[in-house]
Amino acid sequence: MDETKPIQPLDFEEPIFEMRAKIAELEDLSRRTGMDLNGQMQPLKDKLNQLTAQIFDGLSAWDRVKLARHPARPYTTDYVDHVFDSFSELFGDRLFSDDPAMMGGLARLDGRSVMLLGHRKGRDTKEKIACNFGCAHPEGYRKAKRLMKLAEKFGIPIITLINTPGAYPGIGAEERGQAYAIAENLMLMAGLRVPILSVVIGEGGSGGALGIGVADRVLILEHAYYSVISPEGCAAILWKSSEKAGEAAEALKITARHLKELEIVDEVIPEPMGGAHRHPHAMAETLKDVLTRELDALCERSVDELLEGRYEKFRRMGTLFGDEPPRMPEEPASPEGEKASAAEAPSEGATDPELQED
Amino acid sequence: MAWKRFRKKKDLPSGLWVKCPSCRATLFKKELIRNGNVCGQCEHHFPLTARERVDMLADGGSFQEQSPDLYPIDRLEFVDREPYAHKLARAVEKTGQNEAAIYGPCTMEGKPVVLCVMDFTFIGGSMGCVVGEKVTRAVELATEKNWPVIVVSASGGARMHEGALSLMQMAKTSCAISRHDAQGGLFISVLSNPTTGGVMASFAALGDLIVAEPGALIGFAGPRVIKETLRQQLPDGFQRSEFLLPHGFLDQIIHRKDLRSSLVDFLDHLWTYAEGEVQTEWLEPSFPPQEEDTETVEEGTDTGEGDKSEPSPEGEEAAKTP
Ligand SMILES: [Zn+2]
Repeated sequence: MDETKPIQPLDFEEPIFEMRAKIAELEDLSRRTGMDLNGQMQPLKDKLNQLTAQIFDGLSAWDRVKLARHPARPYTTDYVDHVFDSFSELFGDRLFSDDPAMMGGLARLDGRSVMLLGHRKGRDTKEKIACNFGCAHPEGYRKAKRLMKLAEKFGIPIITLINTPGAYPGIGAEERGQAYAIAENLMLMAGLRVPILSVVIGEGGSGGALGIGVADRVLILEHAYYSVISPEGCAAILWKSSEKAGEAAEALKITARHLKELEIVDEVIPEPMGGAHRHPHAMAETLKDVLTRELDALCERSVDELLEGRYEKFRRMGTLFGDEPPRMPEEPASPEGEKASAAEAPSEGATDPELQED
Repeated sequence: MAWKRFRKKKDLPSGLWVKCPSCRATLFKKELIRNGNVCGQCEHHFPLTARERVDMLADGGSFQEQSPDLYPIDRLEFVDREPYAHKLARAVEKTGQNEAAIYGPCTMEGKPVVLCVMDFTFIGGSMGCVVGEKVTRAVELATEKNWPVIVVSASGGARMHEGALSLMQMAKTSCAISRHDAQGGLFISVLSNPTTGGVMASFAALGDLIVAEPGALIGFAGPRVIKETLRQQLPDGFQRSEFLLPHGFLDQIIHRKDLRSSLVDFLDHLWTYAEGEVQTEWLEPSFPPQEEDTETVEEGTDTGEGDKSEPSPEGEEAAKTP
């Protein structure tokens, strides 16, 4: 988390970088000449803040995916260093091997012992390869399972930090039961008798994310995403072209705001202006405050309250149904009007007043 | 009814003959159906619709479908190359089904169970909110009645068009199974071709017993995704039932013709019913249609109350074949 290291701007960040460079020039000039340029700099700084806010308010879903994947974005390992007082990493699934793509161990948060689990992406090339870029194998999910059971046995709350493009798709992963490893974690977490708190800190890639995500409270950072499939994968299947990933990202409603609206996440944690990658230390501080607050609240609850609450939380997801079978719109669309009717039809369905909450 | 739907199926050429995709043999369609949609030459298991599967596993007339009026909605207003709403409408039209799963209580050789069956013909059996809800309700019903639950899966995974809501159905169904399990309930997961993705990475992998039909594709990632990621050929038979069993992930591979009797045997071994719960008389399943069908039905009519007597598939076939 070196904030002085230069970062390549994302395309939409370029105007911000340009203005920041101008300010830096003035600062430099002032330092070299001893001139007081505050009068000139302050309006520029105000303008920079305004511009940043404006750009970040208007980000597309795909822009946010880029932020979620930004190489300078704080990872699990960074939060381990900057959020927790101590961390004692624990290794291995006691079955096959240790998967570095899933990090786990005993940590202290503001003096309280917690079991910390999180996907690890790796910073340098060697690390990235060792971690398969954050794509865990079954061993990773089984290590998580082992450590969660350990936490349950000794009554320690669990915190999971989610940041994965998805569980690893490979021959070995399939041979060793990737699907089974994830499924078993979902079932285990549903019944764990200790508080569980999950935060999507970057990429919430499908089952690989959910595999440590069945929690009492599920939070997400402002520019993180959580999706049933990667935008590229979705585009390749439904648009028959992975170049349509931007459109897929939009259609999948994967941004923090949408997920809150769909009640998939409980809370969106704001990021510092300009994104967590610009101000990782400020981000870590916010996260620490939120985790401490959330954990305090969860630890107040009895085991029965936790289990009942967790069940109800996931039980309610996706329980809005129609009360008649889906039908084609009545008017046959002419080839000319096809595009227009295609765009209108779904909103028609969604504004159907007779939606049934079940 | 099952017969009618089968005739409409698009992947089979209309007419009297069907080509087996596995051994290329040309099969007499009537014979194929009488064989439970299994190739008589190479034992290739053709897909079954959910109704056919229920008719094959449940005692005749015992299945009582629950929540048939649970309809999907396009909550995300999802549009790819076509609106999801249109895709749903076409799937309903094409399959005559409301969604990719049905569930309800039934008996198997008189033993009550909750049966939930997925239908691959409805948008690839994909799991959106309705499918997740039906699986969950099936498990909850089984927990409530203290009956075993059997889920027959056939699915490419979570339905993309319902976004993260589909993903969360993995959690929802697994939570229900966790409760059923905590109560000591029995869950048997039957995997048919294919069972992959989010379905396999949730409830389908959580059975006390997990069995599969021969040759079923079973896995987390699809073979295409793996091939593209690794840029190499996959081993022969990769992710098929016969590959999973020696790797330790299936209890058994069961030929379709033995599936019902095997499941009944498992129930017999593992489940103790309360007194009076097991019916002493029951009807043979109505699928696959056999010559003797009419006779069997007549023999057992006294226990078949509530059975909406449907025209026998046999009769319909006879009427249509010159
Ligand atoms: Zn064949």
